[in-house]
Parts: sequence; C-alpha cells; structure tokens
Amino acid sequence: MEQPYAIEMLHITKRFPGIVANDNITLRLRKGEIHALLGENGAGKSTLMSVLFGLYQPEEGAIKKDGREVRIKDPNDANDLGIGMVHQHFKLVECFTVLDNIILGVEPCRHGFLQKADARKKVLDLSEKYGLKVDPDALVEDITVGMQQRTEILKMLYRDNEILIFDEPTAVLTPQEIDELMEIMRGLAAEGKSILFISHKLNEIMEVADRCTVLRKGRYVGTVEVKDTTKEELSRMMVGRNVEFVVHKEPAVPKEVLLEVEGLTVASKLHSNNAVRNVSFSVRAGEIVCIAGIDGNGQTELVYGLTGLEPVKEGKILLKGADITRAPIRQRSTGGMSHIPEDRHKHGLVLDYTLEDNMVLQRYFEPEFVTSAGFLKRRAIRAYALRLIEQYDVRSGQGPVTIARSMSGGNQQKAIVAREIDKNPDLLVAVQPTRGLDVGAIEYIHRQIVAQRDAGKGVLLVSLELDEVMALSDRILVMYEGEIVGELDPKTTTVEEMGLYMAGAKRKGA
Amino acid sequence: MMLLIQYTLIFSSVLILVALGGCFSEHSGVINIGLEGIMVMGALGGALMMKLLPAGTAAPVMILLVVLAACALGAVYSLLLAVAAIHFKADQTLVGTAMNLLGTAAATVFVKAMNTAADVNNVSSIIQYIDAKRSFLVYINGFEFNWFMAITVLALVCSWVVLYRTRFGLRLMACGEHPQAADSVGINVYKMRYAGVLISGVLGGLGGIVYITAGVSEWMFENGVAGFGFLSLAVMIFGQWKPARIALAALLFGFFRALGNVYTGFDLLSSLNLPSALYNMLPYLVSLVVLAFTSQKSRAPKAEGIPYDKGLR
Repeated sequence: MEQPYAIEMLHITKRFPGIVANDNITLRLRKGEIHALLGENGAGKSTLMSVLFGLYQPEEGAIKKDGREVRIKDPNDANDLGIGMVHQHFKLVECFTVLDNIILGVEPCRHGFLQKADARKKVLDLSEKYGLKVDPDALVEDITVGMQQRTEILKMLYRDNEILIFDEPTAVLTPQEIDELMEIMRGLAAEGKSILFISHKLNEIMEVADRCTVLRKGRYVGTVEVKDTTKEELSRMMVGRNVEFVVHKEPAVPKEVLLEVEGLTVASKLHSNNAVRNVSFSVRAGEIVCIAGIDGNGQTELVYGLTGLEPVKEGKILLKGADITRAPIRQRSTGGMSHIPEDRHKHGLVLDYTLEDNMVLQRYFEPEFVTSAGFLKRRAIRAYALRLIEQYDVRSGQGPVTIARSMSGGNQQKAIVAREIDKNPDLLVAVQPTRGLDVGAIEYIHRQIVAQRDAGKGVLLVSLELDEVMALSDRILVMYEGEIVGELDPKTTTVEEMGLYMAGAKRKGA
Repeated sequence: MMLLIQYTLIFSSVLILVALGGCFSEHSGVINIGLEGIMVMGALGGALMMKLLPAGTAAPVMILLVVLAACALGAVYSLLLAVAAIHFKADQTLVGTAMNLLGTAAATVFVKAMNTAADVNNVSSIIQYIDAKRSFLVYINGFEFNWFMAITVLALVCSWVVLYRTRFGLRLMACGEHPQAADSVGINVYKMRYAGVLISGVLGGLGGIVYITAGVSEWMFENGVAGFGFLSLAVMIFGQWKPARIALAALLFGFFRALGNVYTGFDLLSSLNLPSALYNMLPYLVSLVVLAFTSQKSRAPKAEGIPYDKGLR
C-alpha cells in the first residue's frame, strides 16, 4: 500500500509581474520520505516553497495537509500546520544565543517573563535525540556555519514541525558537514518527519532522497523514484538537454610567465598569525593553475593580496613583469588582471545598481563610456550591456535596467563572468566561480574558463570542489595552513592523494 | 561638592532617560535622531501641566500628572517618526531631523501665542513653574533630592528587565537585528517597531521635563533643549545600547555638564580663570572625543535605519 501524503500542492500557479514563476505545479510529499525538489536557478523551486510556507499566495491551485485542504496565509499558519523551513540564508539573530534563537517567537513565558530552563531542557533533549550538536549558550556569530544550520533544524524540531523544508542546505557546508547533514536528514525521516529537500546537486539527491520532483522554467517536468533513475536522467530532466559532466579540453600549451608571486605573506583578519605564509608560484599564459585546499587555509587571503583587496605584508607580485605588489586595484585591473570574486555580493556587484551599471563598474572611466567632461554616455553603456547580456546569456526580468539584487544567483554570477572576461584580461583570477550554481551554469562557466586558457590567457582558479579542480586544472597547488604544500599534476594524481595534501598529512619540497 | 553631586545626578537622569528611549527605538530597528524634538515636546507638556495645576496641589498628584503629561506628549510626538518611518518607510534620519526643527519651533510658537493671549505685552517664550517645581524636591541634609532621580532609577531597572528578561524584549531586539528572522517566526515587525518608537517617545518626553526643571525654575522654549537629545544619543552609543553601560556613560557626561553649573564653587577651578563657555562646552567636547575613540568598536543593532519591507528578501 502506498504511504499517505503529508502535503499535497495541487496545480499551483504563481505569477509575478513579467513572469510565471510557478505554472501549474503539483508536488506530493509522502509521510516519512525525503523528497528532493530539483531545478535550475530560477526554475521556481524557491517560489513554490515560499507558497507552501505562506510567504506568497498562489493565484491558482490548492494545498492539502493530510488530505484536508488548508489555506496558508503567513508563516504562522505554516507553523501551526507543522511546516518548518531552513532558509538558504539562515534566519538567525547573530548577537543572540543559540537558545534565544530557537525559542524566538514561541518563547515559554510566565506573565511575559521568559522561562528559559524548560526550553533549554527540551533543546538539549532534541539535540541528543537527533545528534544535532549545539551549544545553547553560544552566540550565533561565534559558531560555525554547520552549527548555525543545526540551530535552524532545532528551531523546527522545537516547534514540533512534521514537515521540514531544507532550502539548498548544502551550499554553505564543508564536505564533512554535508555528510553529517545527510545522516541527520535520514535520522529525521526515520522518526517519521517528512522532508522536502531543495537542491541542484545531483550527487546529494542520489545519495539521500527517496523521490525527486523536477521543475524547469516554472513548469512541472516530472516526479521519479530516485532508486530507478540516474544522474544523467535527472540532469536531462532539469536542463532539458544532455549535460556533459566532463570538461573537454586539449592539453595545455603554456607560454610566457604572466604572474609571478614571490614570498607572499598576508596577515589574517581573524588571528595574529599570517594567513598566507611565504607563498611563491607563477602562472603562465595558456594554463589553468588551480589552488586547492580546504576552506580557510589562506586561499581567500591569497586572492585578496593578489587582487589588492587587502594589503600585502611581505613579498612581491609581478604581473607581466611589472611590480604590482602595492599597486591600487584599478591599476591591477587595467594592467590585465580580472577577478571573479569569491563573494559575489560583497565584491562582485553593487546589488542595488542596475545590471548595466554593474557591467561597466571597472570601465566607466574609459573614453568609450564617459565624455571628456565627465558625463556618462548612457547610450553606450546600454549598448554594451545589451551585447554582454546577449552574448553571455544573462537572464533577468527587465534586461539592462534590472536591479542586480533581484536576479538569481546563477545569473548574477554570469553577469560577473561576462564583465570580467569581456575586459579581455591577460590573467583571470577566478575564486569558486561555480559556487551555488546548477549544472547548466557550471558547465557554461567551465567552458568559458577553458576558452580563456585556449585564447592564451593565464587562469588562476581557486576552488574547494575537488571535481572541479580535477576537471579544469593543468597544474594543482595545494594550500594548507597558509602555505603551498604541494604541486600536483592532475593527469597523474588522484583525489585521494590530493586529499592527503589538503589535510596536511603529506607535503613536498618547499 | 554636594552641589556637584546633585547636579551630576539630575543631569545624568536626563541622559539616562533619553538614552534609554533611544535604546528602545534602535533595538527595534528605528534610528531616533528626533529625540531632541521629543524632549522639547515632553518638556512643553510637563511645563504646561505645572502651570495649569492650581497652587497647592498635593505633591504626589503633581508628580504623577506632570510625568504623565510629559510622557504623553512625547509619545504622541514620536508617532510622527513611527508613522513616517515604519508605515511610509521614510528615511529615518531625515524624519528625525525634521522633528528636531519642528519641535523647538512649534513649542516656541505655542508658548508665545499663549503668553500673548494672556498679556498683550508679553511676547516671550517663557513658562515659569517656580512653585510647582517644589513638589519634586525633598531636602535631605542640604542635598536636594529630586523625585525624578528615583523615577530614573526605576526606569533603568525596568528597561534592563524588559530588554533581557521578557518575551517583549527578546522580540524587540530581534526586530532591530534581523527583522526577516523575526518575521519568519511570526513576529509582527511593524508592531514591534511602533512599540519601540513609542517607548522612546515616553522616555524622551520624560527626559525633557526633567531637563528643563534641573537647576532652573523657568524655561525659554526658544532654546529647545540645547543638544541634550544628541548628547543622549552619544551616551547611548558609548553605552553600547545596554542599559547598565548607558547609566555609567550618563554619569560621566552628566558630571561634565554639572561642572559647567558649579565650577565657581571650586577654588581650584575658578582660580584657573577659564571662560565659563569652556565649561559649558565640556560635555559636548567630551562626547566628540569619546565617540571618536570608541565608535570604531561600537556594535549598533544591525538592521537599524533600514525600513522593513516584507517583500524584500
């Protein structure tokens, strides 16, 4: 016999000005299953979940809980029905303790005064039962992202939620934390909780989900049993065509040295030690050099030093032979360096500017875009933006005048890639360029990076994804605790060997 | 010496009350630059009540009614900020600035009109309350105890309890730090922000009446409150938005303000022969210096100043 449905979303249609975000979508969640919701960026996953969580009201369609039709007008209704959600961007008050965050909104009180003792006991019991290790008295701003996520999960469990929505929960986690989360999700499902797991990472879906519903461009594509399907089939359903997981590239033909780094040392913002210690390497034209390593081993600071976001303490950086160690950022940029930053919101875009203004952020001062009197040539900027949008397939609601903030993450990233590559740099520094993107966008960005290499540019790629490192790089430098502990050839090395270097268990030469 | 302590305490009381007001508003996520104007309005409410109540009103009645009048007018005036900044999502700094300009001007016009109506030759903006003020004072061995000091201590303790020990406080601070998070757990951010601003109106208005009765027995409303609203904001920042630290900061600033009133009583200070203007400038100078050194580390409520819009993610 089939298990009964915990939640049924039937023929949901939600329109926004200009687009139909959800077009007649049906999603049925069985009791006690892990149900993945798969789709590209902008496919309508988040909208659908927002409808379920009461943040949006659908124009058409109905929602049933345990077979009865319900109306969910706001998150309070959702909570009353036992629906909880871990948002992609955590909804935690950073200067509150874990406990305060968990009880916020459902505080146990006597005469308006907080009674935290009972709450603490319940939280500790839940934490024990589901293996969700947290310190209830720690401030959220002091704990790891993984523990913040466990706090979010405890928030749902504390409210006795039966239906748990996870919105792209693995995007922010380290590989170890992802394994832990998968374990936790299985445990929750075994306890009878029903889980909706929003993701575009096929590996994770294959590993943990029972069934999978696929959306594409706001439409329902289908629901499949995960055990009867393959990664290839899922990605075909998601993207609407065959996706190549392998990057095709010819052997590299390295030429002259473009970037030379000697004894680079960069201070850390977090502790008194140096984040980057005496690092030397070079990047030649026509090769992709990849910096691998576990997050937080100095890669971020290394890039900050190279691109000028942070001052360098010691050492020397030469770009095409010119010393740029202390050069201002603009000089590095006009000197031939492009930078796809790790944090696209912080360093990549001015979120409240339009797309076209973001496109010319590093070029607005060139005669092409500004008159000698200092006035912007808006028409030239518009034309330039339109060309990039067309050429790099950047999708947005209102074209060049779209506010960057309102765009999906994948398209924000495409806009940055377009801007940085179109500058025609000699050296492209790309940090985690595919973070949080779906397979279609990843494939696209990988192709662009290889194309840059083949056009004779140098590429310095910093990535935490081992698959990406292995697929793209011509040389691998592994960073561990601020030092380069090994140089590997992707053709001869293995993921396991690289892992040993990354963990600091092995080092070579310098 | 006694006089110095007395003035320090009463001026600190003003700063504590108004800074606590700012603290509630900012913890809810609304910057209240308009405290200066709210103080003037509270002062006007209190002064009018003192003027209107018949001579010989029993002291407890007088205290209660004056405090109520000051709080009420302050709260009503703060509604301007609440409606504009929360409901209409106006720029909080601009609204606050407008409130400061309006507060002093409106009070002056009102008092002048009132004075002229009573006596055509009187065009001053002065309200006198020399008799009524006595109800607030109790003399203990030459120390002039003011009931406002007791009220301030009460307000201070209550503020701490409300912020850190009640459901209301937890929710209020959540709205100032991360309103989206508060909203996602079913807290009505708009309501909480209204509450925060209204409390700041109550405390700011109360601070206003305390200020104009400290040391003088009549007030010229053209003078407004001489930047004490802003000084309170400095106290609030120096106090890191925490009641206990605000109290300490207020004592420091209050001390320097009191020095301006009583420095002539100290042989050492008067022998320096410095101009009195210098002493009057002291609290403001100190606030500049202190803030220049401490505001680097200060940690304001994260979401303050940003109008909350449910639609934005």
